[in-house]
Amino acid sequence: MRNIVVLGGGTAGTMVVNKLRKKLKSGSWHITIVDQDNDHIYQPGLLLVPFGVYEPIQLVKKRNHFFPHGVTFIEAEIDRVEAQLNQVILTDSRTLPYDYLIIATGTSPRPDQTPGMDDPKVWRKTVFDFFTLEGSTALRSALEKWEGGTLVVQICEMPIKCPVAPLEFAFLADAFFEKKKMREKVKIVYVTPLEGAFTKPVCSQQLGYMLHDRQIELEPDFMIERIDPQTRTMHSMDEREIPFDLLVTVPVNMGADFIARSGLGDELNYVPVDKETFLSKKFTNVFALGDASDIPASKAGSVAHFAVELFADNFVEYVEGKPMTHRFDGHANCFIESGHGKGLLIDFNYTTEPLRGKFPIPIIGPLPLLKESRLNHLGKLAFRWIYWNLLIKGRNIPIPALMSMAGKERPVEK
Amino acid sequence: MPVIEIASKQVHVNDEGFMTEYEEWSEEIARVLAQQIEVDLTEEHWKIIRFLREDFKTEGETATSRRVQTVGGVPIKEQFVLFPKKPAKKMAYVAGLPKPKGCV
Repeated sequence: MRNIVVLGGGTAGTMVVNKLRKKLKSGSWHITIVDQDNDHIYQPGLLLVPFGVYEPIQLVKKRNHFFPHGVTFIEAEIDRVEAQLNQVILTDSRTLPYDYLIIATGTSPRPDQTPGMDDPKVWRKTVFDFFTLEGSTALRSALEKWEGGTLVVQICEMPIKCPVAPLEFAFLADAFFEKKKMREKVKIVYVTPLEGAFTKPVCSQQLGYMLHDRQIELEPDFMIERIDPQTRTMHSMDEREIPFDLLVTVPVNMGADFIARSGLGDELNYVPVDKETFLSKKFTNVFALGDASDIPASKAGSVAHFAVELFADNFVEYVEGKPMTHRFDGHANCFIESGHGKGLLIDFNYTTEPLRGKFPIPIIGPLPLLKESRLNHLGKLAFRWIYWNLLIKGRNIPIPALMSMAGKERPVEK
Repeated sequence: MPVIEIASKQVHVNDEGFMTEYEEWSEEIARVLAQQIEVDLTEEHWKIIRFLREDFKTEGETATSRRVQTVGGVPIKEQFVLFPKKPAKKMAYVAGLPKPKGCV
């Protein structure tokens, strides 16, 4: 009997146990999945909680409902991995020996990494995160009673989970205040450490126009040093200051602390892996999937989904001593909410930036790429059903794991 | 890829002027690159440049600002003083390395 231990029962971990349980005989493979709690949160929905679209309770289901038969679920905290000894130690001192380890513990916002941010005078009173259930719920109450002033939407440092989410937040806030007939009482400023609205040129330009159209000010190249809780001001590393009445921040994102304790992480606790196969650069029986790895792709569920599909096929080859024949290309496919019932869709990978064009989906039909449309917004809402019913259960969805150029318009060569 | 002459040497660069061949770099070239972005190189600058060169050799990618702070020992705040406005990009440019992958 061989043991696979999966750390983390989120999007990547849940998908991978479903895929592997189907592919590996239960007589010869034991699969264990570990998580510190039993609440699976539909993370794409967190963005919409502050605007009253979803109730927080609609986004949470029990993790173990999505694990297949023949997978052991252990609800416990991880103390450390002893990779030399092929074992995981839990904080209750239990030891889990493994033949293969899959780390899928994701990434988390860390307000403690920016001085002044988690000061109780401001944290979740005037400074909010929205990528936790607590943060998005607290922000909803704050937005309900807010009477206006300067709203700053800000990113501390890349990489972050779902890099388009803060932009979506700014677009949705603009629409939200317009609907409440108080847009003129609100100044919205978008503050980013990047050079523009987004990372990739064509997309950055398009999203930059969209900020401009909505009278959202853009403050690029802003690397935050600290927050002054008394004056409610952000200070940058190069001595710029931005005052706020309400700050919606994406704190520094980091991988789990046990990764650092186990000596398996880089300076942000992400596990260095081969970007095409997710095999650890240090250990030949350790993989990292989803946001927990250091691959230079978006930290997003779509990336985790495409990655896990390829990984499962590779893994079967790998344990039989054969070379892994599938190579991940960094494929990401993201809906971007732009407010007023519309959205954009972007589709890209390691080497091809998001382009305009049409995105073909069988039956549903072509969705416009990098362009606002109502169809894309509906796609985003429909995705919640797809997520719970198909995606994390490891069932096939009609989007190929590798990116395709079909329907995309190539940019004019310089 | 364009080829340009820096300090009487032919070097390969990309569209943004970042060098693409690790081995073509020299300290003399770094001085010229630094001049082009109006940075006067002091020993503090060289400390970062040498760290970036060495780190790239072992890691195969350009260190981010955070890595220069935690592994290289130069606080981000100081990087902003030495290479104003866009330290990560400027440090990589002078060290003859690709822009660090920050972000997708």
